[in-house]
Amino acid sequence: MAGSNPNAKPMNLTLKVWRQKNRNTQGGIVDYQVKDISPDMSFLEMLDVLNEDLLRKGEEPVAFDHDCREGICGSCNLFINGRAHGPEAGTTTCQLHMRKFSDGDTITIEPWRAAAFPVNKDLSVDRSAFDRIIQAGGYVSVNTGGTPDANEIPIPKEIADRAFEAATCIGCGACVASCKNASAMLFVSAKVSQLALLPQGHVERKTRVENMVAQMDKEGFGACTNIGSCAAECPVGISLENIAILNHEFLAAKATSNNLA
Amino acid sequence: MFPDSKIPEGPLAEKWDKHKFNVKLVNPANKRKYDVIVVGTGLAGASAAASLAELGYNVKAFTYHDSPRRAHSIAAQGGINAAKNYQNDGDSVHRLFYDTIKGGDYRAREANVYRLAQVSVNIIDQCVAQGVPFAREYGGLLANRSFGGAQVSRTFYARGQTGQQLLLGAYSALSRQVAYGKVKLYTRSEMLDVVVVDGQARGIITRNLITGEIEQHAAHAVVLATGGYGNVFYLSTNAKYCNATAAWRAHKKGAYFANPCFTQIHPTCIPVSGDYQSKLTLMSESLRNDGRVWVPASKETAERLRAGQIRVQDIPEEERDYFLERKYPAFGNLVPRDVASRNAKEVCDEGRGVGSSGLAVYLDFADAIKRNGETWVSQKYGNLFDMYAKITGENPYEQPMRIYPAVHYTMGGLWVDYNLQTTIPGLYATGECNFSDHGANRLGASALMQGLADGYFVIPYTIGDYLAQTPPKPVTTDHPAFKEAEAEVRARVQKLMSINGTRTPDDFHKALGHIMWEYCGMARNAEGLRHAKAEIQKLRREFWSDLKLVGTESEMNQALEKAGRVADFLELGELMIDDAYNRNESCGGHFREEYATEEGEAKRDDENYAYVAAWQYVGDNQPEILNKEELKFENVKLTQRSYK
Repeated sequence: MAGSNPNAKPMNLTLKVWRQKNRNTQGGIVDYQVKDISPDMSFLEMLDVLNEDLLRKGEEPVAFDHDCREGICGSCNLFINGRAHGPEAGTTTCQLHMRKFSDGDTITIEPWRAAAFPVNKDLSVDRSAFDRIIQAGGYVSVNTGGTPDANEIPIPKEIADRAFEAATCIGCGACVASCKNASAMLFVSAKVSQLALLPQGHVERKTRVENMVAQMDKEGFGACTNIGSCAAECPVGISLENIAILNHEFLAAKATSNNLA
Repeated sequence: MFPDSKIPEGPLAEKWDKHKFNVKLVNPANKRKYDVIVVGTGLAGASAAASLAELGYNVKAFTYHDSPRRAHSIAAQGGINAAKNYQNDGDSVHRLFYDTIKGGDYRAREANVYRLAQVSVNIIDQCVAQGVPFAREYGGLLANRSFGGAQVSRTFYARGQTGQQLLLGAYSALSRQVAYGKVKLYTRSEMLDVVVVDGQARGIITRNLITGEIEQHAAHAVVLATGGYGNVFYLSTNAKYCNATAAWRAHKKGAYFANPCFTQIHPTCIPVSGDYQSKLTLMSESLRNDGRVWVPASKETAERLRAGQIRVQDIPEEERDYFLERKYPAFGNLVPRDVASRNAKEVCDEGRGVGSSGLAVYLDFADAIKRNGETWVSQKYGNLFDMYAKITGENPYEQPMRIYPAVHYTMGGLWVDYNLQTTIPGLYATGECNFSDHGANRLGASALMQGLADGYFVIPYTIGDYLAQTPPKPVTTDHPAFKEAEAEVRARVQKLMSINGTRTPDDFHKALGHIMWEYCGMARNAEGLRHAKAEIQKLRREFWSDLKLVGTESEMNQALEKAGRVADFLELGELMIDDAYNRNESCGGHFREEYATEEGEAKRDDENYAYVAAWQYVGDNQPEILNKEELKFENVKLTQRSYK
């Protein structure tokens, strides 16, 4: 099966992998060799090969998060050679293929590094802070039933498309991992923009942005200094424009707050 | 005596309304006295948990993921059906009902399917109100497209990521209830057993996947929304964690398992590239709206192509066989999935397949690009094309995609009555986890519809009927049944840890998948099924004597998680084979080679097999008991499906 790599020969690689027993212990880098890696393998399939090997030898496999392996669930989260999701732009770890590497390469694999994302084990981190930010306001407060007909409120296609673009965030946390401040602004802004753009989200737009930003701060994410590495490394291309929208929404909300408390 | 399916009396179109009036209600002040456990946070689980919490019940929601948003519903691409008739093209509730019954090859319940079609229209309203950014026309109204098995455009979509947008909608509703304190969320918690107290489901046993702790949870009712079992085949379009453990544990506690052999093979997946392959990736069926499926007309051309002597571009139009358009002029490339898959297998078996393995057919967009331009194609399918390019290293704008069928969905599942209750009172099953709506074959864009129908609009009514008849006394884990169930779970985990053999869980899983795909996949026959049954029994014995695990059970141990799931697949696989062996007919996704028409199409036997096969577990290594629920068709005429 022809890949884009003209030298589609099996590769031998050295892996430098972060191993850490649990949240409360110190971790460190451990070296492993993997052999006969096909260029058509995905990065995670290469790790599967390593893990099968380790298990057969009676050593503990490397824990890592993954699930759909289609780039949409947002589970996989490896920091590869110093970049979130590795060297290919616009790609999650699971969609990264070994044809992007060469025989003899040394590959360093680390977990997301951020105070708000503590390590569970090895390469797996706890991203529940993202859930708590959504719980603070990332929704439209409608109950099931009693909603108007779906075509009752026309939405200009351009607006719907922009809202959709923002809504495609997969919640992987690459933005946080890539930011020198470990800021979650891109993640928060994607949800704030989506709902601020749509008429359905207008009613709560002020309280939403205030509460979500407050929760973001509470979780220990850093501040945004407009470097833009978050958007550059985002695997699904969430635009930096969303942060501008978030800042606008936040200032407007603060200036005319409904939050009387 | 088969348990009552509780289908309401009266004309089809009035059954659900009547039933909603007849079910008992829990008064608003009493709802807070009831606890409900919902396992799974995909479309069916998140929507149920949110809706039940909104009504006032106390909900505990469980997921083995780190976040509810990771559930595999997120990966659904193409769309969601609804009988809105926004396109003025002749759609109606009755037509959606009819298409679904026919698409399911007349093996689904009329009353359930009709209800599904009825509530489909509410789902779209609900999602739009939540802020789900569906595709829209320039006038600002919602856009639709058509899908396999239908001649109207009733599919709502959000580019190629409809499942993501719908799940994030349900997740947002769930998150809101978490914030209100009405839902308590348990992430990285895997359900390992259901607890039955005096014949009623009263709780579950879970394992915390980070700490390894085994926990007891009590409630007045339990809803399983734990998805399908396609991963029994090892390679499927399911996510890697998708498993049957929750449903299978419930089955072993008394819930019947219905039509396990009804599995769907999706025609448009990226072909296997090597032994290391860990999963298969679906290319949405929506691509068949504009892509044309073909292979070389002759075996010789195909051979030269595979050998690299000619390029695909060199094959002239007259040497291409657009086999779906040729055989099914009325539906063309949009025939239902089972028909498209079988035909792809057939042309490959004839030696006309493409790609280096010969196990692929082309899905060609050249005409669409010529007709509407690359930008148009990219706007419609951009993310799918990108995904294809990333995985294969080929550019689908320049050369046709190669596709091949792969396991995608399981129509079978826990048997449920009209209320979605299993044969264990107080235990419900929603979404792909149950068997109820798709018969022997599911139509595209109907899985999202069913998951959300069950969660938003069915279970909130039907569970009330059960709870209203349950005293509003607090439930606790004091009953000895909890201790017993926990002890069983612990013993099982320790057993897995102590085998200390040589083979990994994945090794066994791959071996199982190979048996299932070979003998219980796209085509089945009695001899092969007999052989497979013996093979699986042997493999299961090997598993319990030669499994290799390391580490301990009281920490994060992904290989242990995997082993527990594979152990259950090894039992479920055998039941699928029994079911396929028992069903001496071909219908939908179940194709028995012995039962085909002269043209090679599935040949049903309505006289003897118009029933739901509901299997009852009676003990380890004992044959399960087959219970039959006769299917009564009062509103559609059973005909041989024809898409010609």
